[in-house]
Amino acid sequence: MSLNPARVAREFPSRYRLEAAKCAGCGHVAFPARLVCPACRGTKHTAVTLDPAGKVLTFTVIHVPPAEFKGQAPYVLAVVELADGVRVTCQVADVDPAAVKTGMPVSLEFRRIQEDGEAGVIAYGHKAVPA
Amino acid sequence: MSVGIVGYGSYVPRRRIKLPDIARVWGADAESYERGLELHEKSVPARDEDTITMAVTAARRALKRAGIDPLTIGAVYVGSESHPYAVKPSGTVLAEALGATPAVHCADLEFACKAGSEGMFIAASLVKAGEVQHALAVGADTSQGAPGDALEYSAAAGAAAFIFGADKLVATLDAQCSFMTDTPDFWRREYMHYPRHAGRFTGEPAYFKHTLGAAKMLMEKSGTKPADFAFAVFHQPNGKFPMRAGKMLGFTTEQMQQGWLSPWLGNTYSGASPIGLTAILDIAKPGDRILMVSYGSGSGSDGFVWTVTPRIDEVRALAPHTRVLLDTNKIYVDYGTYAKLRGKIRMGE
Repeated sequence: MSLNPARVAREFPSRYRLEAAKCAGCGHVAFPARLVCPACRGTKHTAVTLDPAGKVLTFTVIHVPPAEFKGQAPYVLAVVELADGVRVTCQVADVDPAAVKTGMPVSLEFRRIQEDGEAGVIAYGHKAVPA
Repeated sequence: MSVGIVGYGSYVPRRRIKLPDIARVWGADAESYERGLELHEKSVPARDEDTITMAVTAARRALKRAGIDPLTIGAVYVGSESHPYAVKPSGTVLAEALGATPAVHCADLEFACKAGSEGMFIAASLVKAGEVQHALAVGADTSQGAPGDALEYSAAAGAAAFIFGADKLVATLDAQCSFMTDTPDFWRREYMHYPRHAGRFTGEPAYFKHTLGAAKMLMEKSGTKPADFAFAVFHQPNGKFPMRAGKMLGFTTEQMQQGWLSPWLGNTYSGASPIGLTAILDIAKPGDRILMVSYGSGSGSDGFVWTVTPRIDEVRALAPHTRVLLDTNKIYVDYGTYAKLRGKIRMGE
């Protein structure tokens, strides 16, 4: 089994709802949420939901994918900077790879990320799509 | 107590295939489909789009327009004949993604193309009964027709979501009814990949009998006549049937035009008349009355009378309009790509 249902479920807050942790001390937003702030080591956080709007910071085109993404190549894998400064690594969907540019405005949309064969669990999350 | 729609949203995949591209592969006469069924192109879901993903995006748009706390949603119903799991409700993923868990009643519904309106019927009734503050109903499908079958020219993908409540309404629900009989016009047996249908039996004794039956029952119940409505939307398995049904009832092209999406969208099954309703709400004025009748093979129709409230003007710009989703950012695919995306190609181990 390539996808562990328990692990998939543990990641629901960040994968499904884009929940992040905002440090009460310095305001740093950690995504996925962390218990200790990587910026000031503070331990008090409030849960915040990330704004899905962002822009492509950098990207690459995958032509030889791992087995889980076979059939999707070529696809774009990008680092997307969201409005509040958080950076996420995700696919850019619904776009011709040749048309992707750095700085391109995108929005995160709920998509199927991978599945454990025909009978296994389906992992959902977010991909960027042209805004 | 008035109940009705607090927020609404829709989703249409960006990919499309043109009917002549399907007809060419099967040696069929594209013109006869385009003219006879008034179908020109249909939406195609990508590999990463399914009933759940479309339901989530449509419901998020509905939440934006509703402006409510998702934790006040006490019931989530997803109507579809293409749920990604045979066992495990699509609504579980939807409610979790919206942040509506855990105090929420959830069920997946299935009734061919009227599963979405079934959810709307139940959601509105639960709010009316005072059981829940808000209830979410979604109609979504990524339906398939067998390769070369007449259904392949229409089976498309899309979703519409409606949040029901008793406060801050954008449209009041004035009346609802159901008209249902055992009519075996279309079905899919357990473990079968594609549905079967009974050809011409899907017309007069099935679609028209139930659609007209529900519409007449609804107008009698609400004391209305076609001229009382600014808009009407019917289930749209193709471009021809809804217009014909509407004309038989006494509605005009002008009343039906805005919700008539199938010529360029295809048949989105559980999403069909609900997505049509979202397109109408996008332009409707306060006071406008809307008649909506769904149809699901098997067979039955749900009918609704809505009246638009002044709040519509405050919320409609908060999410994309349905006709914008339908008419812009289209990505056309050829039949080979479509066959790959829809899993119609047998792969090696």
